[in-house]
Amino acid sequence: MIATESLSKRFPRVTALDRLSLDVGPGVTGLVGANGAGKSTMIKILLGLSPASEGRAEVLGLDVATKGAAIRERVGYMPEHDCLPPDVSATEFVVHMARMSGLPPTAARERTADTLRHVGLYEERYRPIGGYSTGMKQRVKLAQALVHDPQLVFLDEPTNGLDPVGRDDMLGLIRRIYTDFGISVLVTSHLLGELERTCDHVVVIDGGKLLRSSSTTDFTQTTTTLAVEVTDTDEHPDGTRAVREALQARGVEVLDSQSGLPGAGHILLLTAQGEETYDVVRDLVADLGLGLVRMEQRRHHISEVFTNEDEQRKEAVGHGS
Amino acid sequence: MAVEHPVTVPSGDQTRIHNIGYRTYDGPRLGRSYATRSLYSQSLRGAYGLGRSVKSKVLPMLLFVVMCVPAAIMVAVAVATKAHDLPVDYTRYAIIMQAVISLYVASQAPQSVSRDLRFKTVPLYFSRPIETADYVRAKYAALASAMFILTAAPLIVLYVGALLAKLDFADQTKGFGQGLVSVALLSLLFAGIGLVIASVTPRRGFGIAAVIAVMTISYGAVSTLQAIADAQGSSSAVPWIGLFSPVTLIDGLQSAFLGANSAFPGAVGPSNGEGVVYVLAVLGLIAASYGLLMRRYKKVGL
Repeated sequence: MIATESLSKRFPRVTALDRLSLDVGPGVTGLVGANGAGKSTMIKILLGLSPASEGRAEVLGLDVATKGAAIRERVGYMPEHDCLPPDVSATEFVVHMARMSGLPPTAARERTADTLRHVGLYEERYRPIGGYSTGMKQRVKLAQALVHDPQLVFLDEPTNGLDPVGRDDMLGLIRRIYTDFGISVLVTSHLLGELERTCDHVVVIDGGKLLRSSSTTDFTQTTTTLAVEVTDTDEHPDGTRAVREALQARGVEVLDSQSGLPGAGHILLLTAQGEETYDVVRDLVADLGLGLVRMEQRRHHISEVFTNEDEQRKEAVGHGS
Repeated sequence: MAVEHPVTVPSGDQTRIHNIGYRTYDGPRLGRSYATRSLYSQSLRGAYGLGRSVKSKVLPMLLFVVMCVPAAIMVAVAVATKAHDLPVDYTRYAIIMQAVISLYVASQAPQSVSRDLRFKTVPLYFSRPIETADYVRAKYAALASAMFILTAAPLIVLYVGALLAKLDFADQTKGFGQGLVSVALLSLLFAGIGLVIASVTPRRGFGIAAVIAVMTISYGAVSTLQAIADAQGSSSAVPWIGLFSPVTLIDGLQSAFLGANSAFPGAVGPSNGEGVVYVLAVLGLIAASYGLLMRRYKKVGL
């Protein structure tokens, strides 16, 4: 889908991308990096809108330097920022954008109706966009990127500004873009945690350099943390402690609970060794006769990857000297 | 989203929910020039508020009516009084109505480009097959066409009226043709200036104010200076002063080459030699507007 070879982009003062070589296959790929890591620059180059200072890149087998227009016809792009005029309806706007992608008028209208339904916009699509919630606006932005049935979409921070439920909906939708629609996805985020559940492959960049590129299972194996909260009963006045002890008896590693946060004492953090851990927790809580309030994966901040990398690098340096 | 999951139905049940799921698109993709034309037609419709809210139709439609009504009245008078000529030349009409034309360009140029900048829709265009030049050309052509419709419609009313009043056909057709050439140049010039000013600011209000200021203040200043120059007997300076406002530029150009009577003080338009300077100035300004727009949008990008 995407291949770059020692791709560099230098601005007079900053190096946005530094000899980045990547190979992205079909599926959902996450591009993770802190703000200013070079994610947006990368998308600009891949759309053929900004020439690379050095190196080469191909999207769908087309060279970005010479085949920009052909690439943009087959690729969708959802920007990070607001991009919707408030005084037109979602339908009108998406139809116009479909025609801008080269779809004939009738096809543009049909595809718009289909696409808006797929992203979950129904009756409200005839109302002006100005009155939409953030979640609905994100859906319209997504719809305009999908309306011309591209082979690949670039989604720039699609979960920005969404509440937890909206975030999960959007992530589910992104997953479906590949599994149901057959469109490959390159999605950027500064949160690794939300991408590891959605993506098949995650690429981490920092300061324009490739930090890590691996399939998501590699990440989850090392980083999944579960948060568990249970109720108290008469039998076990401190349910949390009972579970903690029972878990430790089973050999499950329980982390120190975060201090300082409200209700932190009631939340157990444990490292999941795989799918079995979920079953262990469930059975154990049921045996104790407690109610399971929540069991969820903790989101990891991208900085954790950097910290780990730094430690590994330090170790490597230590061994070297 | 539950809609998308295949619905399993017990066998033998006659009622079935058909879920068509995601359909791919295998039809034609008409590419860059089609997209540019689509943007052109959308912008042209938008310049009259079509495809937009009722509120945004009011002003352009009103101005269109205001442009055409005087022409209709003139025609009515000419037919009723069986006059031998129309009360106003074809070329003169736009000059008389210049305030309406300036108001139109001031309201619609920002509508056309400032909105895309303000709501950051521009990156969506450039992530599609069209290039910067296509966007600029489509927007420029659309506004110029909209202005041509605005300025040519009353001329058509006059022409049809003149034919109904059985005025001299050859004479009227020649005047009508000259009028059309004149308003075509005026449309290109005004649209260019309006778009360049509007493309600098994402704020529509500033755009409107700036365009009005440039159009009317320059015209006011130039006419005043011309009047002073004329009153002080240095009427040779009058045509040169006229180079500094869009309205007088068109006026001077058409009096030199399109058989119009100048609205300059003393009704003395530029001579043929000075007229060449006018033509160069008009064409130069149109080219400069286009160049500046291109430069502006090279920077906007994603």
